[in-house]
Amino acid sequence: MATRTFSIGGVHPKDAKISRGCAIEPLPLPPTVYISMSQHIGAPAKPLVAVGDKVKVGQPVAEPGGFVSAFIHSSVSGTVKSIGPRKDLAGNPQTCIEIAVEGDEWMEGIDTSDTLVTTIDDDNKAVLEKIRLAGVVGLGGATFPTHVKLSPPPGKTCEMLIINGCECEPYLTSDFRTLLEKGEQVVVGAAILKQVLHVDKAVIGIEDNKPEAIKHVRSIIKEFQKISSKYAGISVMPLMKKYPEGGEKQLIDAVMHRQVRSGGLPIDVGAVVQNVATALAVYDAVQKNKPIVDNSVTVTGECFPKQANLLVRVGTPLQYIIDYLGGVPADAVKVISGGPMMGKAIANLDAATVKGTSALLFLRADQTVRGQESQCIRCGRCADACPMGLEPFLLNKLAKNADMEQLEANAIQDCIECGCCLYSCPANIPLLDRIRIAKGQVLGIIRARNAKK
Amino acid sequence: MSTTILWTLVIITLLGLVLAVVLYFVALKFKVVEDPRIDEVEKVMPGANCGGCGFAGCRAFAEAAVKAPNLDNNYCPVGGNDVMAKVAAILGYEIQQKAPMVAVVRCNGTCEARPRINEYQGVQSCRVKAALYAGDTGCSFGCLGCGDCVEACQFGALSMDPVTGLPVVDEEKCTACGACAKACPKAIIELRAKGPRGMRMYVSCVNKDRGPAVKKACANACIGCGICAKTCTHDAIVFENNVAYIDFTKCKLCRECEAVCPTGAIHGVNYPKPLDVEGIKARIAARKAAAAAAPAEGGPSSQIAKENAHQAQPTAAPAEGAPSSQVTKENAHQGQPSAVAGGKEETNKEE
Repeated sequence: MATRTFSIGGVHPKDAKISRGCAIEPLPLPPTVYISMSQHIGAPAKPLVAVGDKVKVGQPVAEPGGFVSAFIHSSVSGTVKSIGPRKDLAGNPQTCIEIAVEGDEWMEGIDTSDTLVTTIDDDNKAVLEKIRLAGVVGLGGATFPTHVKLSPPPGKTCEMLIINGCECEPYLTSDFRTLLEKGEQVVVGAAILKQVLHVDKAVIGIEDNKPEAIKHVRSIIKEFQKISSKYAGISVMPLMKKYPEGGEKQLIDAVMHRQVRSGGLPIDVGAVVQNVATALAVYDAVQKNKPIVDNSVTVTGECFPKQANLLVRVGTPLQYIIDYLGGVPADAVKVISGGPMMGKAIANLDAATVKGTSALLFLRADQTVRGQESQCIRCGRCADACPMGLEPFLLNKLAKNADMEQLEANAIQDCIECGCCLYSCPANIPLLDRIRIAKGQVLGIIRARNAKK
Repeated sequence: MSTTILWTLVIITLLGLVLAVVLYFVALKFKVVEDPRIDEVEKVMPGANCGGCGFAGCRAFAEAAVKAPNLDNNYCPVGGNDVMAKVAAILGYEIQQKAPMVAVVRCNGTCEARPRINEYQGVQSCRVKAALYAGDTGCSFGCLGCGDCVEACQFGALSMDPVTGLPVVDEEKCTACGACAKACPKAIIELRAKGPRGMRMYVSCVNKDRGPAVKKACANACIGCGICAKTCTHDAIVFENNVAYIDFTKCKLCRECEAVCPTGAIHGVNYPKPLDVEGIKARIAARKAAAAAAPAEGGPSSQIAKENAHQAQPTAAPAEGAPSSQVTKENAHQGQPSAVAGGKEETNKEE
């Protein structure tokens, strides 16, 4: 049987998972951490601590600043040194709590042992509250607060939970290592999510370039299904390797053969998608009372001498991670946070990690320098590559002319900014850069219009 | 042969007549009555269709101006007072006069003063760049240098200086339409009053960071020390978010703030003479010394001294130099006559 994949577009960048053999190792504690108040989509969190306060690992240091917002916890034990603006990796100031690390004392009630807890609490409300209090956000990239996603709007029912283990971005291996090393916890996390959403089916989608992970997770599920009925209905689905398989809408298309309409949400077609790392965070939150204080970060790149998958405390300065592994290599010209397709170039290495940081990628000049832009020859490669079925060449032209009505009519608001168009363009036209700006403008217009109604 | 031509002519003439009658009635039925003044107003407009007035173009402005009961909210910045006087004459409204404005670039982060800490290879557009990150220098507020403002200007009034990497405004060409201010994602460009003979003061920095961080990022930035606000006797300097801002409606162009600014972030332009830093500093010192001496003479408490100074204006003001002791901040604000007199005197000096 041919493996499934999404039906429209997609590209096949070089896999380059060169750090796949590196087990996740914990990074030694940095001397200082800087915990950002904007680690999630939505309103920034509001600090709960004051300068001079002693905090422990896992202690909440900030509360949600709105409905779509999340708790933030101290990732270290120590003293709050300052609360104020600090530059994030793009150089824009964000409110951060600076904590000087002293020892490693955890909050009472957090289970720091490695024992696997497979019995799941039946009280869904309590489980959901635990997820909320633990500040769990989607760790697949968007960092959308998980408890909001787990509370479907009334009238919408969820039919299937999809656990996203695609990791379709080249270079990234943190999810793959998580599946191999903490597969049991991920499966328990999936079972918890399944129970909260009241669905019978949960599918863990894994791309077929990770056969070890597929095999490993399958065997775990088999074991667990013997223990409890709560693990029934969980299965692994191998998916054909294609970028951007891990995109929410693409994954739903691949797994369920359903397409989310323009402007719709996954729940409209009965799906909820959660990342592997999120499932692990849910396990930690519910079974171990452990909030998000650390996440695994892939540090990689052909020019980087030491590949690594590190378990990094939230708020660790990037420079500290890089120094631990031997500093920035001489021939690296660009450091990217995230993968090469959707990641952001880092302008400020003094910035600290956030919950959603998934990778640090070092690129050489020949891997990153853009070619000279030339004329569009209407070859249509971008339109072939676009996984949302858009026409990037047209959107680019309309964006240049600032034709907002036509941009909206041509569904620019559906762009997922995956970068397939840019990747496939033989004329080096910066399609995504222009489309992203225009998309922001169109979304602004749509929001203003909806607010008027 | 000849009859064919005759018949053709007759039929065509008849047809023409019938259609003419039809067209006449159609035109009557669907006649659009338009105020003839709209055309007249449009004729006197500059015809740039720049949108600086807030309308889609000159025609839209003319329609709005004719409809409105007065000219209070409609002003053509490009045409300025001359055009508005003509519009007012056509419409019979009161003349709307405004001080002429000019675009001012409030960033002085030259390549020299603001070292680049990373390299940008993306699309050469400030808006794209601003969406990606804070910029290729340590300053996250300053000019991005891709020239979106230059592109936005329809009048060719802006150009990028290749040496400084900053946009330069050609005051002769600038019409204050505001297109550049709208195009700038960092909101650096501001429309300010052109000032008498083009003389004006402004703070050429918008960095809201704290002093040490700003100093590290740019040598020419406003570090938020507040000396200018303390020095200003006209209450014209607003100090907010670690950055000074000169209110051009209050500024008397005395150049004292420019002289005391430690980083040179305050700029005075189009003054006929170069800035006499020592002279101005001496003037400020003299005033301060006199102010320190005044309360001891005037009364037991400084509060009373201030009030006295305010009341004792007529006698205090005409005295030369030293008596500006009474011009403490408070009364300078309230006691207009002395403040204005002082301001004029200083301006005269510079001319």
